[in-house]
Amino acid sequence: MKNHVFRPLFAVIGIIVLVLAARIFYVPKDFGIHERGYMYGWYRQANIEDWKKVQVKYQGTEYCKDCHDKNYASIKKSPHQNVQCENCHGPAGTAEGIVHFDSDKRPKLTIDKSRQQCLRCHFPLPYPSSGRSKIKGIDPDKHNPDIECSMCHNPHHPNLEGLR
Amino acid sequence: MVHGEIWTIKELFVTPNEYIYWSVQIVMYPFMTGLVAGAFVLSSLYHVFGIKELKDIARFALVFSFALLFVAPMPIMLHLQFPFRGINVMMTSHFTSAIAAFGIVFFTYGAIVASELWFLYRKHFVVKANALRDVQDKTMLQWMEYLMYTGLTLGAFDISEESLHRDEKAIKVLAGIGIPVACFLHGYAGFIFGSVKANALWMTPLMPVIFIMSAIVSGIALCMITYIVVMEYRKFMIKRARKRWEVSLEEVKGAELHVVTMTAKYLVFFLIFAISLELLDLIFRGYTAVKSWDMLRTIIYERDFYDIFIMQYGIGNLIPLILFLSPGLTIRRAVLGVLLVLFGVFMMRWNVVIGGQAFSLTFAGFMHYHLPIIPHDWETFKEGLGGALTIFIMPFVLFYFIAKVFPVFSTKESH
Amino acid sequence: MITRRDFLKKSVMIAGVAVPLTAFEIIDPEKLFAQVAAEKTKVRWVFLIDTYKCVGCGFCVKGCKNENEIPYDANVTRTWVERYVLTKDGRLFADTPKGARDGFTTTKIDLGLGKYQDIKKDNIEKAYFVPKLCNQCENPPCVQVCPVGATYQAPDGVVLVDRTWCIGCGYCIMACPYGVRFFHPVHHTAEKCNFCYHRITKGMKTACIEACAFGARKIGNIKDPNDPVTKIIRTERVGVLKSEFGTKPQAFYIGLDEEVR
Repeated sequence: MKNHVFRPLFAVIGIIVLVLAARIFYVPKDFGIHERGYMYGWYRQANIEDWKKVQVKYQGTEYCKDCHDKNYASIKKSPHQNVQCENCHGPAGTAEGIVHFDSDKRPKLTIDKSRQQCLRCHFPLPYPSSGRSKIKGIDPDKHNPDIECSMCHNPHHPNLEGLR
Repeated sequence: MVHGEIWTIKELFVTPNEYIYWSVQIVMYPFMTGLVAGAFVLSSLYHVFGIKELKDIARFALVFSFALLFVAPMPIMLHLQFPFRGINVMMTSHFTSAIAAFGIVFFTYGAIVASELWFLYRKHFVVKANALRDVQDKTMLQWMEYLMYTGLTLGAFDISEESLHRDEKAIKVLAGIGIPVACFLHGYAGFIFGSVKANALWMTPLMPVIFIMSAIVSGIALCMITYIVVMEYRKFMIKRARKRWEVSLEEVKGAELHVVTMTAKYLVFFLIFAISLELLDLIFRGYTAVKSWDMLRTIIYERDFYDIFIMQYGIGNLIPLILFLSPGLTIRRAVLGVLLVLFGVFMMRWNVVIGGQAFSLTFAGFMHYHLPIIPHDWETFKEGLGGALTIFIMPFVLFYFIAKVFPVFSTKESH
Repeated sequence: MITRRDFLKKSVMIAGVAVPLTAFEIIDPEKLFAQVAAEKTKVRWVFLIDTYKCVGCGFCVKGCKNENEIPYDANVTRTWVERYVLTKDGRLFADTPKGARDGFTTTKIDLGLGKYQDIKKDNIEKAYFVPKLCNQCENPPCVQVCPVGATYQAPDGVVLVDRTWCIGCGYCIMACPYGVRFFHPVHHTAEKCNFCYHRITKGMKTACIEACAFGARKIGNIKDPNDPVTKIIRTERVGVLKSEFGTKPQAFYIGLDEEVR
């Protein structure tokens, strides 16, 4: 009499085989152990390229200077020389591409002229060991509370005493 | 709102990305897998150690364990942001992660339970298949039943004494192997938490053991309550309509006290073990007082005091211990004790999962979890009270259907 | 006189004990891969943050959100800035309102639940800003716990997430001791700072470095001895966050105070 006891085992093995077969179709071919070993390097290789292909948005100040040479020269002589153009003007590119320059429409970038924008640095915080305490600031409730800062202070040469 | 934001209230210094990401479904998951493991261990106490008084409840326990097995992955499915990608855990398992063990351990455990059930019920399937084969004009339902039972026999129609004896030996082997696998099943669930070094409350090597012990407690408790309820219900129904059932009135006794008392002894043993480990962990933490202790002390003894000491230890552990250890145990007292124990085990999972997310990584801020009661979208349902209750009733629903194929009442055709 | 049998037994025992543990290391595939990888890749990205220079303007956070398409209004961010104020009476107040997305424009510390604490200038002992981002750890615990291999470490040290494979279990988020991970509100996969991988691999700087007008953030290649960042890390006094976890974080801080969390 054949031993029926192993039948469930065969059923289980059958299921395992099915799962392994499904794996061949489901798992991408480049999925495996890569440079950092099994613990840290178990992944789908092509994903690295996927991340490299993400659209770059911020172009940096040097990108702006050829067209906007006057403002560039001005800000570079001012205390705002290290503030990036795109900090206030927003990124030159979006997820769709470098729309500001490459597209035929050359859409304007929206400038953040709010008081909140300037207060990021110019709200005075008396923190002695931090670079923040060295930045001149104003009390926003007392210093011309209803108007934009740029009405009086040109961000590209903010000192009212004139250019340095 | 980002995931977790709607049910998280932050206080004081919490970093921007911290929310209670592991909510009620992650509490339900170890609770359900604990019931699976516990029910199986109870069943094995009969099959392996031959404790005769547990024969009736052992059958219950095994079938219930099988029903619970299908329910255990459900909380995960409801929690995952991509439930259909859940299969990735089996396809590209990263075994350095405790969660990856899920695929293998669960499958192994499921295979063992299913196989053991097969051996237990093979004779019943053969008898049913043969009886249906002889029926001349089968209805649609009968055809389907015939195919089902024939399939379930896996072609092994021999029900001679020798063959059945082989079945019994196989059951014993499987039950024996199954105990360490059941321990592993829930041990790894504890390891999921215990190995997270980033979480000051979770990280302890005791976590897997605490989880296993309280899992066994919950499994035994669930089987006891199910056994009592089903047996009493059966007695009630038979009294109302004697003819429909196969058993005579003499065999119907309702829930038997000696079964309940015996099982309660094991429950108390594992409960004391679980409590001891948890108290050891607490005492140890207080004594060594490492950097995280200031914050954990605030959580355990102040903010979560009610949940931990009143709900879990008080109502969920101490009162049941008094109920079970007092002389003259009655079925009614056992029912109350068992329900409180189940509540206590649930609170333990809650206090670990939610408690571990009650404080910020900064140790200078808190997060409060409020369970979504009234859902207003799919997310607040699946990760709220609605989802938790759905998971909780599922085993009973599944047990009802599974018990139609694997009957737990008639004692004649199974071992 | 020793018998041949005894002699053989003893020799085998001694030989077995004498096999140096380094032999096991050679056959350990993981270490082998790491050694080979270490030799192959010429780049290992590291970050340098100067907490003296950070003024808490939050332009880095805003820039990061734009560059990496994290919705501006979502209360998650790949990088953020924390403010620490220590008072003369020995208390610590710290906050990070919306991750410093809008900068710090009030002296009132955000305590949550709508409460604020204003601290008088004369009560301040020391106060500073601490930018934070993913440390791209050498032993990333988040990668260790991913059950499916959706997050991993690239050969140049950056830890990335495969959005097509992540199942959204959140284990990596729980495993990170630094709290840098979160669920992306649109993609619903795990997300975190990746050093603007799409920029640094093109020779550009990260968006946060680009946005910082004060030079508080820098990125470099620790394998290049001529890299200015490498020189600072190797010769000046720098610290890392939570080194007790054994993660070997690769973001270094100048002026890291003991109170920083």
